[in-house]
Amino acid sequence: MSITRDEVAHLARLARIALPDAELDHLAPQLDQIITAVAQVQEVAAEGIPPTSHATGLTNVFRDDVPVPCLGTDAALDQAPAVEQQRFRVPRILGEE
Amino acid sequence: MELTRMTAAELSAALAAREVSATEVTRAHLDRIAAVDDRVHAFLHVAANSALAAAADVDARRAEGEPLGPLAGVPVAVKDLFATVGMPTTCGSRILEGWHPPYESTITRRLRQAGAVIVGKTNMDEFAMGSSTENSAFGPSRNPWDLDKIPGGSSGGSSAAVAAFEAPLAIGTDTGGSIRQPASVCGIVGTKPTYGGSSRYGVVAFASSLDTPGPFGRTVLDAALLHEAMSGYDPCDSTSIDAPVPQVVAAAREADVGGMRIGVVTELSGEGYQPGVLARFAEAVEMLESLGAKVTEVSCPHFRYALPAYYLIAPSECSSNLARFDAMRYGLRVGDDGTRDAEEVMALTREAGFGAEVKRRIILGTYALSSGYYDAYYGKAQQVRTLIIRDFDAAFGQVDVLVSPATPTTAFGIGERADDPMAMYLADLCTIPSDLAGNAAISVPCGLAAEDGLPVGLQVMAPALADDRLYRVAAAAEAAFTDRWGGPLLARAKGL
Repeated sequence: MSITRDEVAHLARLARIALPDAELDHLAPQLDQIITAVAQVQEVAAEGIPPTSHATGLTNVFRDDVPVPCLGTDAALDQAPAVEQQRFRVPRILGEE
Repeated sequence: MELTRMTAAELSAALAAREVSATEVTRAHLDRIAAVDDRVHAFLHVAANSALAAAADVDARRAEGEPLGPLAGVPVAVKDLFATVGMPTTCGSRILEGWHPPYESTITRRLRQAGAVIVGKTNMDEFAMGSSTENSAFGPSRNPWDLDKIPGGSSGGSSAAVAAFEAPLAIGTDTGGSIRQPASVCGIVGTKPTYGGSSRYGVVAFASSLDTPGPFGRTVLDAALLHEAMSGYDPCDSTSIDAPVPQVVAAAREADVGGMRIGVVTELSGEGYQPGVLARFAEAVEMLESLGAKVTEVSCPHFRYALPAYYLIAPSECSSNLARFDAMRYGLRVGDDGTRDAEEVMALTREAGFGAEVKRRIILGTYALSSGYYDAYYGKAQQVRTLIIRDFDAAFGQVDVLVSPATPTTAFGIGERADDPMAMYLADLCTIPSDLAGNAAISVPCGLAAEDGLPVGLQVMAPALADDRLYRVAAAAEAAFTDRWGGPLLARAKGL
């Protein structure tokens, strides 16, 4: 077995997905099967082969800094789940103490 | 002739000659959508009012004598991950249900400026993850050849719309085959341009090093017209290539393979391939040879590791990209009852808002990137990516283009692979190498498989920035096949 149910539960927590138990039961064996399959890459003799992160080879791309109008408050807040006093209202991010 | 049966090139000529107005063309397509889309479900949003307004604007400009481009007044369907002002953009996901983006993607902006009429937003696998549209939160699209079959994915709404004559043209994105595979199974033409040749600005990201917007059409020339209109350097996309757009329209018109060197990829055939697919592919290769191409067999030994490498690289990038869906500034928010903190709300929202495949890939990517596994999985996959690029480089040292089937099988049944991720992933077996290498590839219809009567696609692959070669080869094959079939393949579709 390449990955356990507990490991999947841990990864889901890291990825901020509140997986219920039933979904975890379903997902864990599927992920195990997928990871076993993708582990084939480890068969490839790749010593000394540089990694490719993207294919264009471009690095440090610059463009001129052209000032343009930014989104106004109304447009920026238009799609917000909750708004208060012309700001995004979000759940608390710090504990009580 | 019925307006919805005309190609984009034919519509363009009729519009320029003022034989028909953009308003009439747009109305005809909106009527067609109204008549068939309850069965096809290609669209998540039909933009009737803005389409008619855009058409009226084109008609007014033409009446004034303003010079207009070839797509002015031609309807285009847009995959629902291009940000479009005035229309929802959902990516087929509950987490973005009803979201209206505050800005426009470069490609849709260019198309609108060219006078193309956006008729609506098309269905897709959620966040472009899938090969069937069954991962859409809003239900699958259906294949116009057989409504019980998948239309391919992830850009399956776009391919279904074009194959069902709801639009002559559509745009999609290809990350592992999401344009070519749906084009192949719907019997139409679809291109993955060279990575960096078409802008990603305003395209909701799945795997940023792979995502490539591209065109669908019912003919090779139509795909080329859209390819040329949507492509080109964009300073808003840091991976955009500052080079002229390859002359794809001219190449589609030339349609000549005389003297071209064509390589058949040994590794993209054999076990796991449907016999009817291999038979049509073999015929296509013979056809190209009879048209004057020099055909040889070419080995790309690392292609067999492309699928596993892809299913490490794409999920890794997706796990990072989709972290932005945090329920704070836009999109769905679940469980914000005043007692829960931001992290809990985030986790409940992502659980409720993402479908099963998206969660699988986010977790897989989180695993592949985690310390202790990074070198063995993500790092190794990146090295395999280099080896695949080297295979292509060696092959393109011997031949001008490579060919293979576009997909191992024809369209499978809706529901058949829905809960079998590995079976679903195999649909992209032939298309993934070009995504990893960032080069250009096209799928063009090459007939119907004998056993099921469903379309088969011929894939042509070319080096980066040699997209014109795709169109030269595909157009030559299309002309010869249309001749042999006595008309376009789609004329034989019985689904609608």
